[in-house]
Amino acid sequence: MASPIGQPRVRLPAQARVGEVIEIRTLISHAMETGQRRDQAGNVIPRDIIKRFEAKFDGETVFAMDLAPAISANPYIAFPFRVERAGRFEFTWTNEAGDSRSATHEIRIAG
Amino acid sequence: MHQPTSPTRRGAMALLAAGVTVALLPRPAWAQLSAATQAAVDRIRGSRTPQEGRITLRAPPIAENGNTVPISVLVDSPMTPADHVRRIYVFADKNPTPDVATFTLTPALGRAQVDTRIRLGQTQDLVVLAEMSDGALYMARTEVKVTIGGCGG
Amino acid sequence: MRRAGWLAGAGALALGAAVALAQGSPPEPRRQIPNPESGLNYATPETRAIQEDDFLNPAFLWVEEGEQAWNRVEGTAGYSCASCHQDATVSMRGVRARMPAYHPRLQRVVTLEQQVNICRTERMGAPALPIDSRPLNAITTYIALQSRGMPVNVDISGPARPFFDKGEQFYNTRRGQLDLRCGSCHEDNYGRYLRADLLSQGMSNGFPTYRLKEQRVISLQFRLQGCVNDVRGESPPMGGEEFTNLEFYLAWRAQGLPVESPSVRR
Repeated sequence: MASPIGQPRVRLPAQARVGEVIEIRTLISHAMETGQRRDQAGNVIPRDIIKRFEAKFDGETVFAMDLAPAISANPYIAFPFRVERAGRFEFTWTNEAGDSRSATHEIRIAG
Repeated sequence: MHQPTSPTRRGAMALLAAGVTVALLPRPAWAQLSAATQAAVDRIRGSRTPQEGRITLRAPPIAENGNTVPISVLVDSPMTPADHVRRIYVFADKNPTPDVATFTLTPALGRAQVDTRIRLGQTQDLVVLAEMSDGALYMARTEVKVTIGGCGG
Repeated sequence: MRRAGWLAGAGALALGAAVALAQGSPPEPRRQIPNPESGLNYATPETRAIQEDDFLNPAFLWVEEGEQAWNRVEGTAGYSCASCHQDATVSMRGVRARMPAYHPRLQRVVTLEQQVNICRTERMGAPALPIDSRPLNAITTYIALQSRGMPVNVDISGPARPFFDKGEQFYNTRRGQLDLRCGSCHEDNYGRYLRADLLSQGMSNGFPTYRLKEQRVISLQFRLQGCVNDVRGESPPMGGEEFTNLEFYLAWRAQGLPVESPSVRR
């Protein structure tokens, strides 16, 4: 059984200038169990990982990442984005069981 | 106690491996990949030969703990619809399975850069492939030494 | 900032010593390491970078969980932490810096973890949380953050002193198949390498800490168990008297260092 996907944290500026490349930083609470560890009783802890991260801007996928068990627990993912207009980001983390968790953020044009 | 391979022996092996593979793959960066990593790279490249350059791969030369190793990949690209980075692949050559991550990029990013934190089971090479929108492949690798600590607790 | 913190701590120490003398307590002992250095100084630049950026530091996932728990009603009395203590950013400021502390009614020293459980069981009618469990580490990390930058300043005078002395005795007792005392590594050999690990002074000012090895926030007593296991000794339980007294002694060793919770360590 996959454990619930924890709370995401996302940091990006609330506003930016047109043409500005901002940095989007994300972190989500998750053990990223590799399936190769054992608990204290010696039983294998089942594999349970976030397998995909997607970033959409106004509904269009702008960035994605496929994750293997070699990504550290509490996955940290950062990437740039060139701001051309105001809009809405949606970030989605999906585990191998198909459960997902999303966060949304608006960005405005400065000035 | 674990003995690292001596520099001379490693150098000799690198020369040997490079010599053996030179006809097939001219890049020294190709030598010495583990079979699993080589297979993964071969699946991506098909008949293409990766070139060197354009990739800046940043990782600590010595990681205090292999469970949380920060890495950053920057690819030199204008990131326009006509000319951009389509994918970045990251492999850890000597992990139980070499796959680490595959990033899908679009021109909307404005810059081809990704940052994350990875697990490395032992001292090994990180291998990065970048695939451009015109199909060109670039490759980079760097060694990360993973500390085997005295403090297991 | 760090220097000012140290000076403030030194001032508090002097005051504490004066009070102790006035009460007829034994004089404060001299520290083996009079000018302690944080474990941060023994970390690689990459590890420091994670600690120095609150977004890169995964312990802030625990901080957020702790903040939510602070405001959540639990137990039969219908209270949350906030019911009594209101705004943690005000009421909890300085608490981590002066814990562990002597508890007059219980007549023993208690850690921050134990104090949270005292509140839960006695005030909230909620069950105690297991030591080093995620929900307890989340609350203590949130509370500890409110003291970040303040100098560690525990009070070992008066009735607290016997507990301090017991902690000191534990610290200086050789144990395990390797027959080492805590100070064998952290006083006699800090700055040297144990295999590939750079030995620190074993200062506790960063706990709870996000440990890269564990990939989670750990409590100090979890780390102490690891140390005792490393010398191939038999570890006392987390939350028990021995480790609580030791934690009290360790806090005094780190007296004056700024609270770094939640720090990041290998």
